[in-house]
Amino acid sequence: MKIRSSLPLPLRVAAPALVCLILAFVLLPVVVVTMASFNDKALLTFPPQTWSWRWFIRVFTYADFQHGFRASLIVMLWSSMIALVVGTGLAIAVKRMAFPGKDTLQAILLSPLVIPHFTLGLGLLILVAQFRVDRGYALVILCHVMLVLPFVLRSVYVSMENLDERLEQAAASLGASPLKVLLTVTIPLLAPGLFGGWLFAAIMSFSEFTASLFVTTQNTQTLPVAMYNYVREFADPTLAALSVVYIAVTASLLAFANYFLGLGRVLNIEDNH
Amino acid sequence: MDTRSGLRAWLVSPAVLVAFCICVALITVFQYSLRAYVPGSLDVGGLTLANFTGLNKPIYLDAFWNTLLLSAETTVLSLLVAYPLAYAMVRVRNRALKSFILIVSVTPLFLGEIVRTYSWIIVLGNNGFINTMLRKLGLIEWPLELMFTHLGVLVALVHVTIPVVVLMLATAISHIDRDYEKAAQSLGAGPIRTFLTVTLPLSMPGILASVTTAFAWTFSAFATPQMIGGGRVPTVSTLVYQLGFSSMNFPLAASLSVAGLALTAVALWGLGRMTRRLKAVGGH
Repeated sequence: MKIRSSLPLPLRVAAPALVCLILAFVLLPVVVVTMASFNDKALLTFPPQTWSWRWFIRVFTYADFQHGFRASLIVMLWSSMIALVVGTGLAIAVKRMAFPGKDTLQAILLSPLVIPHFTLGLGLLILVAQFRVDRGYALVILCHVMLVLPFVLRSVYVSMENLDERLEQAAASLGASPLKVLLTVTIPLLAPGLFGGWLFAAIMSFSEFTASLFVTTQNTQTLPVAMYNYVREFADPTLAALSVVYIAVTASLLAFANYFLGLGRVLNIEDNH
Repeated sequence: MDTRSGLRAWLVSPAVLVAFCICVALITVFQYSLRAYVPGSLDVGGLTLANFTGLNKPIYLDAFWNTLLLSAETTVLSLLVAYPLAYAMVRVRNRALKSFILIVSVTPLFLGEIVRTYSWIIVLGNNGFINTMLRKLGLIEWPLELMFTHLGVLVALVHVTIPVVVLMLATAISHIDRDYEKAAQSLGAGPIRTFLTVTLPLSMPGILASVTTAFAWTFSAFATPQMIGGGRVPTVSTLVYQLGFSSMNFPLAASLSVAGLALTAVALWGLGRMTRRLKAVGGH
């Protein structure tokens, strides 16, 4: 309380005002897209003169979106599960064991955070074109595993830091094999972090666009790619309606994660002092 | 001991496989950047440097310049906007308010480029939110040109970059030991001086991490310059896509990607050097 009351009055008013202004900027497109989605007319006008649900109905009945949703779900489930298994294994090995090339391996796996998605997408596209392989789901899933693995790794690392190693040592000293320690002590204790990492990976995969544009075909087209193609063809507010659905689902998932997991803890942004 | 090394192999080998795939994809791009383009065919000719010398044209140089400029501007602006938000998120005492700020600032991160960019099209368009509002208020007669402009792309890119920067800054601010601030204040420093001389320097690691990430992310952004720029704000990413898909000129697309990677590496290296000096200022 002391710190706050010592702030000069203009600052006490200006600081919250500034934060509100920034929040408004972050929220502006969300609010505008929501308004546009209920616009009855096919042309975008502000504010909408007449209101309707018709674009929401079109979202759920448009064949490309239905197909894209299914494709995104398939890719998301496979890639997030694979990334979770691969990432957990590596994170445990990195924190508890020594092996040659550890740093190089980590650097390569984290590199998709800075390497442009279009570069990785182009590489995979050229690769399959070179070997005349058909672009199927396997390619899209592999691509997404590469892209979301860094997020799983980060999340598991954070949970490993908070894990008391003595619990594992106790189990081992009581005669449990390394595998048994892993399955009955380490992984159950990591569970919340693993769930958080999986959730991030899943959402990231579901909304990934750039690399997907390179590696998908008509048949494996994910929802974001279908959305991109829709904007190029039509100007009606269907995409606004879909965006609203997208925003609502994502925000509730995150609110859910925040309530049950403590998003702050998963993201490592709790005030420690 | 044997079971332990066996376990280690099981834990590490899937990751090695993924790393191998990443390397193969990147090596393919490098290899193609040095191959001759055979028009009308997916096959390529012998080794050549022609793709790289071919980049020395106004259209590509323009794209490089645009990309660098947009990345630099986005980095600075998103830091300025994200810092107050991150600070409020960590330091606000009210739990509900804290959660609200967290959800509002983090949700955009998970919406993907398409939803966010599309929303900005509705905000920036000629019949969009901003132009309609300004016209209704009688401030303008003709719509402002926001779509298909550098400014429009920049605003949307800043919006796209804010969430990740907020997260990184919040991590740094949350790890600051509050005792340092209390010490400064007990020695008579005002709140502004405490912030500038204690809090800000101590959050430098987060600022540096954000600079790198914001720069790299903007450099690789595709949907935003593609959809809001509409071809009139060419960037490395939009040209790579054009060359790869419209002209099927994989070698030139590859060389553009490699040049882009090199440029990112140089820029990040330069930032790293600059920031090492800043870190010294921060007293770490």
